[in-house]
Amino acid sequence: MGNGSFRGGVHPFDGKDMSKDKPITEYLPKGDLVYPLSQHIGAPAKAVVSPGDEVLAGQILGEATGFISANVVSSASGKVKAIERRMLATGVISESVIVENDGMYRLAPGLGTLRDPSQMTKEEIRLAVKEAGIVGLGGAGFPTHVKLTPKDDAAIDYVIVNGAECEPYITGDYRLMLEEPERIVAGLKAILCLFERAEGVIAIESNKPEAIARMREAASGADRIKVQALKTKYPQGAERNLVYAVTGRRLNSRKLPADLGCIVSNTDTVLAVGMAVCEHLPLMRRIVTVTGDGIANPQNFRVKTGTNLAELVEAAGGFKGEPAKVIAGGPMMGMALTVLDIPVTKTTSALLALTEDEVERFAPTDCIRCGRCVKACPAGLVPQKMREASERYQLDLFEKLHGMECYECGSCTFACPARLPLTQGFKEMRKAVMDRRRKAQAQKQAGGKS
Amino acid sequence: MRELWNVSSSPHVRSHEGTSNLMLDVALALLPATAFGVYRFGLYALCLILVSVGFALLTEYVFEIWTGRENTLMDGSALVTGLLLGLNLPPYVPLWIAMIGSIFAILVVKQLFGGIGQNIMNPAMAARCFLLISFAGYMNQFPALDGMSSVTPLTAMRNGEPVDLAAMFTGLTNGTIGEISTLAILAGGLYLLVKKVIDWVIPITYLGTFALFMLLFSGRGMDVHYLLAQLCGGGLMIGAWFMATDYTTSPITEKGRFVYGILLGVLTGIYRLWGASAGGVSYALIFCNLLVPLIERMTIPKPFGWEGQKNG
Repeated sequence: MGNGSFRGGVHPFDGKDMSKDKPITEYLPKGDLVYPLSQHIGAPAKAVVSPGDEVLAGQILGEATGFISANVVSSASGKVKAIERRMLATGVISESVIVENDGMYRLAPGLGTLRDPSQMTKEEIRLAVKEAGIVGLGGAGFPTHVKLTPKDDAAIDYVIVNGAECEPYITGDYRLMLEEPERIVAGLKAILCLFERAEGVIAIESNKPEAIARMREAASGADRIKVQALKTKYPQGAERNLVYAVTGRRLNSRKLPADLGCIVSNTDTVLAVGMAVCEHLPLMRRIVTVTGDGIANPQNFRVKTGTNLAELVEAAGGFKGEPAKVIAGGPMMGMALTVLDIPVTKTTSALLALTEDEVERFAPTDCIRCGRCVKACPAGLVPQKMREASERYQLDLFEKLHGMECYECGSCTFACPARLPLTQGFKEMRKAVMDRRRKAQAQKQAGGKS
Repeated sequence: MRELWNVSSSPHVRSHEGTSNLMLDVALALLPATAFGVYRFGLYALCLILVSVGFALLTEYVFEIWTGRENTLMDGSALVTGLLLGLNLPPYVPLWIAMIGSIFAILVVKQLFGGIGQNIMNPAMAARCFLLISFAGYMNQFPALDGMSSVTPLTAMRNGEPVDLAAMFTGLTNGTIGEISTLAILAGGLYLLVKKVIDWVIPITYLGTFALFMLLFSGRGMDVHYLLAQLCGGGLMIGAWFMATDYTTSPITEKGRFVYGILLGVLTGIYRLWGASAGGVSYALIFCNLLVPLIERMTIPKPFGWEGQKNG
């Protein structure tokens, strides 16, 4: 068993007070909806509609290609206007299906029928998740049906619902746990149907006592489900920390949770699984927190995927003051945006507008070797040394210092009193090392053939 | 409205605790020892401290102008270096000793090695050792004070004379300006611990190892009075809490901090028992400073999830 915490981590200002008491409100899009075919980890989906086609809500627009891939589903009814390249929050340009919304949200036939997962076979449950196009909604975007298909179902003894929501400012999962705990429990029960030996653990940071109480209440009748409180500390919700906090088992970059008998999914994802399996509704919505001191009226929205971010800012009363930085996601791992003409994808958890950019306010100075980065690193690394490697672009040294174990949580950079952009350097180095590995692999394969 | 938003890589927030806050905390933590030293030795001691702080700041300023570097006076590190050097001077040395020491600390030990974070030895300690070697006469003179002996408690103990432990704890003895009061130093050390400027590992392993070493090798056995007097005497307390914890010259790895503290304890014990002079903290610190790169290299931790495994 885990101790509900982990070594390292930091305590950034959490900013959740701005939106945590705002009930989730439904936002219906006004403009066109944009569905990028590559909004998950793995192969992009392949468009199965053409411009001019009439589509219905829940209809598949892009089909998964290959094992690790996910369907892309329309969240509204209307007409396919175009299939063209659009920019995502990550800066990546992806082929996207543009749908002109008719505002009717007519559901595709056969969807929305109630089902009882205990009466379904495992294949039917997995198919329902796959058809629904569900991916990790916490930000990773890993296809959920792949995650729910480990080598051996009987080897899984924990299904962990990640309700940590450790990123500052974001309150979507928190609101879901308060407002729709039954649906989350339904999703967890559906997943537990796949893993007979597993115990379901809903893991929530201790700074959300109401959520803990509500989830306990909702799960009270269910056997094999319990709620565990975790220490409030960033990055408690990172997979390796969460698995350790709940089970005491130690993941690393080469191991998947399933290798250690765990399945980990974020709250909204589990809810989406519940809706897909029990209500036969594909992934057409997600919760987006629009917040920050640069937003007039911070809100939690239930948003149709494909909705333009600019609409959400408007729905939250527009900008307040002059935002210095606008971020898709949270302040620790989110992406700074240059424009708002970007669609809500499956992994858009928040839109954050800050009137002061602390990165600009605190200019980097020289490293004083204080060791705060070492203390903060939840992966047990020595960022100070890794930085020396990244400054000199020494890939071998970076690997030797276990740099590939970094998961870019940003704790070291947050803690650094010299305000050095450590994580930025590590991202570049990790990418360079991965590129090098891929090239070496390709060369080896080419050599083997000739 | 701004035309453009800022764009940078995550994370987008920073801790508000910067280098200058940390250095200011160290300076604040040294205030009790400073105040007690001035109370004990008079205004001349204050002059010495002001001269060493002043010349530390001036040297840094002039060097940075001269070499076209960014001014770093505001980071507070030169202030701390000057203050620490002043506190490590005997109370009645000529002012030019403080001046030369400060210039040496900042110019040679710090700036010529690349400035803040780059020096391989603690500037204040290296300067003290430089002064001890170059001006041994001045640096070992502790004139008699209000009828008390002109020998420091450590020298007295070495000569087999009795020492007053209570006086050593409060600071009513002879010694350098800042080292005499164990109480004042502990107050500062506690402040640094509470503010999380330092952690306990280095001071506690240093003092613990030293006590154990003396217990085993001093030939006094379990003589509590002797052990406590050794702990309170000389530069051990100020060394353990303020010098050994210097960020730049101590290991950043967790295990490395233990190794460093243990090495310091052993070396200080060796110098005190068998060294040429009664003290030994300064030389132990300088020597261990030089071992830090090696200690770090040997104590890079296994990452999370690879404990006890070969790969990683």
